[in-house]
Amino acid sequence: MALLELKDVSMIYNGKVKALENINLTVSKGEWLAIMGPSGSGKTTLMNIIGCMDHATSGEINLDGISLMDVNNEELTSVRRDKIGMVFQQFHLVPYLTALENVMVAQYYHSIPDADEALAALKRVGLEDRASHLPSQLSGGEQQRVCIARALINYPVLILADEPTGNLDEANQNLVMKIFHQLHDEGHTIITVTHSPDVGKEAEHCVVIEHGHIKNAEVS
Amino acid sequence: MFWQLVKGALLRQRNRFILIALTVALGVSLASAMLNVVFDVGDKVNQELKAYGANITVVPKNAALLKDVYGLSGNETHKDYLNESELGKLKTIFWTNNIVAFAPLLEGNLTLADGSQVPAIGTWFEHTMNLPTGESFITGEKEMKSWWQIDGNYPIEGQNEVLVGKKLAQSKNIKVGDTVKYNGGNLKVSGIVSGGGDEDNSILTDLSVMQTVMNLPGKIDSIDVSAITTPENDLARKAAANPDLLSQQEREIWYCTAYVSAIAYQIEEVIDNSSARPVRQIAESEGKILDKTQLLMLLITFLSLLSAALGVSNLVSANIMERSQELGLLKAIGANDFSVILLILTEIFISGCIGGIFGYFAGLGLAQVIGMTVFESGITNNLIVIPVVCVLMLLVLLFGSLPAIRMLLSLQPAEVLHGR
Ligand SMILES: Nc1ncnc2c1ncn2[C@@H]1O[C@H](COP(=O)(O)OP(=O)(O)O)[C@@H](O)[C@H]1O
Ligand SMILES: [Mg+2]
Repeated sequence: MALLELKDVSMIYNGKVKALENINLTVSKGEWLAIMGPSGSGKTTLMNIIGCMDHATSGEINLDGISLMDVNNEELTSVRRDKIGMVFQQFHLVPYLTALENVMVAQYYHSIPDADEALAALKRVGLEDRASHLPSQLSGGEQQRVCIARALINYPVLILADEPTGNLDEANQNLVMKIFHQLHDEGHTIITVTHSPDVGKEAEHCVVIEHGHIKNAEVS
Repeated sequence: MFWQLVKGALLRQRNRFILIALTVALGVSLASAMLNVVFDVGDKVNQELKAYGANITVVPKNAALLKDVYGLSGNETHKDYLNESELGKLKTIFWTNNIVAFAPLLEGNLTLADGSQVPAIGTWFEHTMNLPTGESFITGEKEMKSWWQIDGNYPIEGQNEVLVGKKLAQSKNIKVGDTVKYNGGNLKVSGIVSGGGDEDNSILTDLSVMQTVMNLPGKIDSIDVSAITTPENDLARKAAANPDLLSQQEREIWYCTAYVSAIAYQIEEVIDNSSARPVRQIAESEGKILDKTQLLMLLITFLSLLSAALGVSNLVSANIMERSQELGLLKAIGANDFSVILLILTEIFISGCIGGIFGYFAGLGLAQVIGMTVFESGITNNLIVIPVVCVLMLLVLLFGSLPAIRMLLSLQPAEVLHGR
C-alpha cells in the first residue's frame, strides 16, 4: 500500500532554477527509502516538499490519502504536524530548553505535553539520563538523538531525515543508524537523504537523484 | 509548556532581553518623570509666577468709575470704601481654590514726630482668616509679594510692627529695630522693604493701624488678589466685554472655567458694591507660560517614548533574526504563525513590563530631581501617571514589535533550517 506517491513533481525556484523535474516516486508503508545524490542535486528540495515545508511547482503528491498540492499553507502546517517526523542535518534544538523540554515542545504544538511519554522517547534513543541537559551540554550525536526522539514523539506516519549523520563522527553515525534500523524493524516508514553511499546502503531501498532527475531505482 | 518556553528564553537567554528592558526603562522613566512634573507643574509655575503680584484688583465701584471716566483717582472729599468684613467671601466663590492669596489695602498718610507726612499703607502681612466654611486660611503680603526683599522680618500682626520702604528709610535714616513715633503712638520697625514699587517710599502698617489713624474702622481701599487662571480664549474675551451677552450655555461654560474674567466676575458677585479688574497682561502670560512649559514636557514625553519604541523595534528585530532557526524550528514542528507571534510578544511584553516598573520608579526619582533643580521644591507623585504610563508603554511595545511580527509571518522554516 502506497503511503506516499509523487507523480511528475517539479520544483522551480524563482521561475528559473529547476531543482526537481518530473519526479515519480512511491513509498509503501513500512518501507525505508534512501535518497542519494551529490550535493545540489535537489535532495533537500525533495525532502521539503515531502515534509510539507514547501509547495511543489507542479505534479501530484499524495501523502496518507491527502493531496498536498490542494492544501494551503496553514493546512500544510497541520499535515506536517500530524504526519511527519523530521530530522535535520544540523541538530536543530531550542537552545534554552532541556532535552526533555525540546521533545515536549513538539507534543505541545501537536496536542498536549506529556513528560512521561517524552522521557520514554528519550529512553528509546538512549538519553534518559540526559533529560535535563541543555543542548549546549550535549554532544552532537546526543543532540541528533534528541531530534530523533522529538521526531518520533507524535507517532508520525513518515519519518524524514535529511543528512541525519552529515555532521556526526563514525561512532555517532553508527549509533544513529542503529536507531533507524530499530525504527524500521518496528514498522516505521522512513526516508533518509544522504550523499554518502555507506549510509545509503543501510536502507531497504535506494534511489539516486542527479540534477533534479531520478537516475535509477533499485533494491539494495 | 508555553510558559516553559517563555521562562527558558527569558531566564536562560537573559542578555537578549535585558537591553529591551533597559530601553523601555529609559523611555518610561523619562515619560513618568515628565508626566509627574506636568501634572504638578501647574502649582509650581503659579507659585513662581505669583512673584509678578496680583492678577486681579478689587476696588469700590465708584472709584473704578471715576478712574475710567475722568482718569482721576478717587478724591478725598467723596470716597467709597470696601468692607473688611467681606474679605472672607472671596473664599466662597466657585473658583475659591484658585485664589491663592490676597491682601486688603488702605492707603493714607502718617504724621511723624518731626511733623512730616509720609505715605502709609495699611495691609495684612500674614493674617489668619477663619473662613465661613470653618477652615482657616493664611494670607497677606507675605504670600503675595514673594519678590520683596526684607532686611529684617515681616511684622507680627497686632504688635504695632511696621515695614519701612528702603528709600524712605534712607531719607529719614530709619533702621531695623528703630521705633518710629507718629501722631497716634509708636511703631517698631521690624524690617526694611525693597520691592521696586510704591512700598519703597511708604510705611507699611497693620491694616488696623491705618483704619484707626484715618478713622475708617472696618474699611479698605482695595484688595489685591492672586488667582490661578486659565488662559483667555474667544469665549473669555467675549465674556470680559459683557457677560450679559453670553448665551445660557456659553455663560455656564465661562462661569465654570477659571478665566480671570470669570473669577473677577464671581468676586464682584460676593463683594458688595465692588469692581474687580484683571491685571490683564500678567494674567495672560501666566497661563501662556504654563501652557508652553507643559507642552514642552509633553513633547519630551512623546519623543522619549518614540525613541524607546524605535530602540525596542531594533532590538526585537535583531532578536528575531538571531533566533530565526529556533523560531523556524517551532514552525517546522507544527507551531502556527499565531502561536509563534504570541510567544515572542509575551517575551517582549514581560521584559518590557519589568523594565517599565524599574523605569517608573527611576522616573519618580527623576521627577524629584527636576522639581528640585527647576522649581526648588519636590514634585507630588500623581497616581494617574501610572495608568497613563502603562498605556503608553504598551503602545511603545506594540509599535516596537510590529517589524518583528512582519518578520515572523514571512519566516519560512524550509529556508532557515537547511543551512545552505
Ligand atoms: N530556496 C531556494 N531558492 C533558490 N534556489 C534554491 C533554493 N533551494 C535550493 N535551491 C537550488 O536548488 C538546487 C537543489 O538544492 P538542494 O535541494 O538544496 O540540493 P541538495 O540538498 O541535494 O544539496 C540547487 O541548485 C540549489 O541552489
Ligand atoms: Mg541538502
